[in-house]
Amino acid sequence: METHFIAHDAADTVGVVVVEKVLAGQEATGWIMETDETVTIKALVEVPLGHKLALADIKNEDTIIKYGNDIGRAVSDIPKGGYVHVHNVKTKRW
Amino acid sequence: MENWQQSFFGFRRENGRVGVRNHVLILPVDDISNAAVEMVGHNIKGTLSIPHSYGRLQFGADLELFFRTIIGTGRNPNVAAVVVIGIEPGWTQRVVDGISQTGKPVSGFSIEGEGDLATVAKVSRKAQEYVQWATELQREECPLSDLWISVKCGESDTTSGLGSNPTVGNLMDKLDPLGVHLCFGETSELTGAEQVCSNRASTPEAKEKFLNTWNEYNNFILENKTSDLSESQPTKGNIAGGLTTIEEKAFGNLQKIGKTTNFIDVLEPAEEPTKGPGLYFMDTSSAAAECVTLQAAAGFTVHLFPTGQGNVIGNPIEPVIKLTANPNTAASMSEHIDLDVSGILKREMNLDQAGSELVNITVRTANGRHTCAESLGHREFVLTKLFRSA
Repeated sequence: METHFIAHDAADTVGVVVVEKVLAGQEATGWIMETDETVTIKALVEVPLGHKLALADIKNEDTIIKYGNDIGRAVSDIPKGGYVHVHNVKTKRW
Repeated sequence: MENWQQSFFGFRRENGRVGVRNHVLILPVDDISNAAVEMVGHNIKGTLSIPHSYGRLQFGADLELFFRTIIGTGRNPNVAAVVVIGIEPGWTQRVVDGISQTGKPVSGFSIEGEGDLATVAKVSRKAQEYVQWATELQREECPLSDLWISVKCGESDTTSGLGSNPTVGNLMDKLDPLGVHLCFGETSELTGAEQVCSNRASTPEAKEKFLNTWNEYNNFILENKTSDLSESQPTKGNIAGGLTTIEEKAFGNLQKIGKTTNFIDVLEPAEEPTKGPGLYFMDTSSAAAECVTLQAAAGFTVHLFPTGQGNVIGNPIEPVIKLTANPNTAASMSEHIDLDVSGILKREMNLDQAGSELVNITVRTANGRHTCAESLGHREFVLTKLFRSA
């Protein structure tokens, strides 16, 4: 089965698209590297290669988890299957 | 028997170090000697001229870093012999003395009182002598422990953290137990992952030194920033590739040191390691050419450069091997990519296989195969400047 996105760690709240794109409404198949699990998520919008899908409902100000670690904070609510990038996530550092 | 090559053919130098290239370097002490350096490079085929922008009126720590970088570049075992040209004899001799400690042939010339043309005539004769001597040197078989490998990633994207950086990490985990010297840097780009990185120090002293170095760099950024650094760190290219924050970029970056390899010491920029084989962290900028120039000046002889969106950097003396896990970059920029590991994303290739392929391309490069960057003429020699000149 084709893998559409990959997540590093079971705790991650985002996954990276590894095909040219996933389409809005597509049931996308994902691989969790840490646990070798396969999961599926319905993508709400089109997400291109290398960009991130929300694997859970994320609330404004929630910490985003990738590599099992804190990679920043949400600055708006992001639904499961939504597109996660600079428009809705900011660094906690600079 | 492991599924990668166990030895390579290199040039053993007077001090016992092994080079993978055999350059005769024409090295300017200062910016105003670049013209003479380039004339010699034109006159004598088989030389390598590396003009640069600095070397006048620097002082203090900035001057010390300058000398460490220029002298270290000449000392690198990829360099067989060096002619040094400066405007005046004092600093020229300081560079010659630093390089001559290695035992390799080195001569210095200064321009004041003679002019460019008479200087170029003298330097050209010496350079010709060095090229004819160096081109008779033969490669000999050497164990992998004679390799000094530096790493730095650039124009990273999320495929770097998923594929190309962990491939470099897998190579480190394979080669660290064999006694290879390894080096990573990019102090500012570990921001967000600095605590996780500090736990990879092999001693409490190395951990403290790393955290002090990171804190100092981070404070410098916080004092000088005028924004949240979006567009600088991560770069516009990083963001186009899907990376969102410095923290995300940092955890991807850290994949380059593998799972089991710990760092044994923290180096100043361009500082030659002295604690024997193992992984070193060097305090560097995260700008590609600056970082690789500093690592080459510390004596590293082969560089591994994972890229996502397609950074094209090379270095004049240290071959830069590029790998990518981004299938679009591998296809659209194939003339820059030495190893395509995009199969990792399709789950057609695992990290162990990718790491073994990277060891093999590293050995082939050490044996003499030109990298993509070498064949395209990428010779970015970029000195790190700490502050304004006097």
